[in-house]
Amino acid sequence: MTQDGSNVRTMTFRKALSETLRAELLRDESVFLIGEEIGVFEGSYKITAGLLAEFGPARVRDTPISEEGFVGAAIGAAMLGMRPVVEIMTINFSLIAIDQIVNHAAKLRSMFGGQVSVPLVIRMPGGGGQQLAASHSQNLEVWYAHIPGLKVLAPSTPADAKALLTAAIRDDDPVIFLENLALYNTKGDVPDGEQVAEIGRAAVVRAGTDLTVVSYSRGTTTALEVARQLAQDGVSIEVVDLRSLRPLDRETICASVRKTTRAVVFEDDWLSYGIGAEISATIGEGAFDFLDAPVRRVAAAEVPLPYAKPLERAALPDAASLIRVIREVLDATRFEG
Amino acid sequence: MAGIADKRAAHLERRPDVEPVEVLRDYYRRMSLVRAFELRASEMYARAKIGGYCHLNLGEEATVVGLTAALRPRDYLFTSYRDHGYALMRGLAPGRVMAELFGKTTGVSGGRGGSMHLFDTDSRVMGGYGIVGGQIPLATGAALALTYRGEPGPDADVVMCLLGDGATNIGGFHESLNLAGLWGLPIVYVVVNNGLGMGTSVEAAAAEPELFKRGCSYRIRGQRVDGDDVLAVRDAASAALERARTAREPGLVEATSFRLRGHSVVDPARYRSPEDTVLARSADPVPAFRARLISTGVVDEAEATAIDEGVDLEVSAAVEFADKSPDPTPDQLFAYVYATPVAHASDALPGDPVMDAI
Repeated sequence: MTQDGSNVRTMTFRKALSETLRAELLRDESVFLIGEEIGVFEGSYKITAGLLAEFGPARVRDTPISEEGFVGAAIGAAMLGMRPVVEIMTINFSLIAIDQIVNHAAKLRSMFGGQVSVPLVIRMPGGGGQQLAASHSQNLEVWYAHIPGLKVLAPSTPADAKALLTAAIRDDDPVIFLENLALYNTKGDVPDGEQVAEIGRAAVVRAGTDLTVVSYSRGTTTALEVARQLAQDGVSIEVVDLRSLRPLDRETICASVRKTTRAVVFEDDWLSYGIGAEISATIGEGAFDFLDAPVRRVAAAEVPLPYAKPLERAALPDAASLIRVIREVLDATRFEG
Repeated sequence: MAGIADKRAAHLERRPDVEPVEVLRDYYRRMSLVRAFELRASEMYARAKIGGYCHLNLGEEATVVGLTAALRPRDYLFTSYRDHGYALMRGLAPGRVMAELFGKTTGVSGGRGGSMHLFDTDSRVMGGYGIVGGQIPLATGAALALTYRGEPGPDADVVMCLLGDGATNIGGFHESLNLAGLWGLPIVYVVVNNGLGMGTSVEAAAAEPELFKRGCSYRIRGQRVDGDDVLAVRDAASAALERARTAREPGLVEATSFRLRGHSVVDPARYRSPEDTVLARSADPVPAFRARLISTGVVDEAEATAIDEGVDLEVSAAVEFADKSPDPTPDQLFAYVYATPVAHASDALPGDPVMDAI
């Protein structure tokens, strides 16, 4: 049981997404799902399995391979008050639709003086580590997080997958919903019943006193593993899970760093101009006087991701690289535990 | 352009005597209003009252009036950036349209969109769009939304999506027609073909320059119509809209006309040959329709002049309204970024700290 008395079930990230889509389809007739292979094929990653049979082809709408067309069509349907939930098979393919997302979905409300809104969710699986090679392994979150008019969410747990997806579908703005492939089979406790997260708030998912790791999505799960491991050595790591990349909860980040005085950003995207660059600048401005060491970033090597496993592994940030950088920061500040 | 010019004479021969006189007068008044508005917009641009890009409907007036005459009040209209006339014809007050061009608070979008992005919820003008063809997938999606709302029938709503000839070469056009054909969407795409995508001719840009045939791959019926003939445009659009309305059969109409000026206000169109310019001027639909109405006795010279003077006054009043309207103030800068307020949305101005002082 949770504090509010609801039951909790342990389930995968995949299941949490699937149940949420089903619940919102049941709740609101204006919600429909649209994307490639989501119906008959039941989704490339089986998030929509069973939904075509239950809701029919109008509400679980298969499309041709036509990202610009169906993403644009979803935006247009949203302008008339529908609440489409788009699945783009992977974030890599979203670049084919980026004109519709960036030049249109993000702009329409402002450009038309508030006369229209775009209540749209675009779900995008992504991330490296699956040996899918360069064009299928990208973390392009910063492309979308850069754009005013979009909201960009990146949950790390099944419970957040549910509560943030519910919030996204009920939100009246275009929401980019990032799903890291490596998370789909991870498990966690998910409260039953209606759970709606507040968009724009980060969470301190582990309290600590010595160093803050700021992360999101898959990175948060790695950061928590590392924090548990280092606790055995007497190091107290605080983990901030961003949850929302736009808007960015700068207060929670800075409040944590003011307390711990050390910060490392753990991110799956490339280093230059990445999420970590924004976090570092934020900490530089909002917690400068509290810092005992420069903010460090652990990010992907700046290379189109190779297929071969040893090369792929070398390019991606992992627990070992995070531990190494945490140690360097602690050593540089003569941390003694 | 020769293929288009060959058809030129045909409509001038056609007698409009089956049309009610008041309808023909109204169409002329509308064409004259669009002409007057656009000439004044050009003048206001030269006087720096209007900024950015400004694309005019000069030469397109018969198409503007014919297409909008075919729409019902509840139909949805998406347009390209060459949108002033369409907004006016859908009933937006000239003063509010001019005020949008002037960037004033009284503009249709409070001055946030400008010339290329006219939008009005009440009249279902769903926007001018500055990205070439950006409106095509959106309009297709609006038609998709209509399929969730109701059944086809004589009272169903439909979508009209305007695009220029150049936009038929983008991927989004072909993807959209494929979706509309596949899903049976209540939409009519109208290619407003003025022969030039900026300075590039249709023949130099389209491997199938008979653009109405581009629906064939999607089993969408296409029809070319003389865009200088207001009645022919109206009738072609009405027939296509009717099929979309009652049978959810998407359609493609191509309306050919000449652009009387450059691509935008600042384009002197030096790439056009003298012959082409002469041809365009000779086809000018506004004086042609005026002369035709006089020759057929629908109006006399004095009545036509009175209509012209009336719309001039209307446009003058629009300019005065726009000019006297207040500019938006920066305190409203962030007013419409999001529809659902969320925590930590930025409202920092350039140079503001990202964090409040500790």
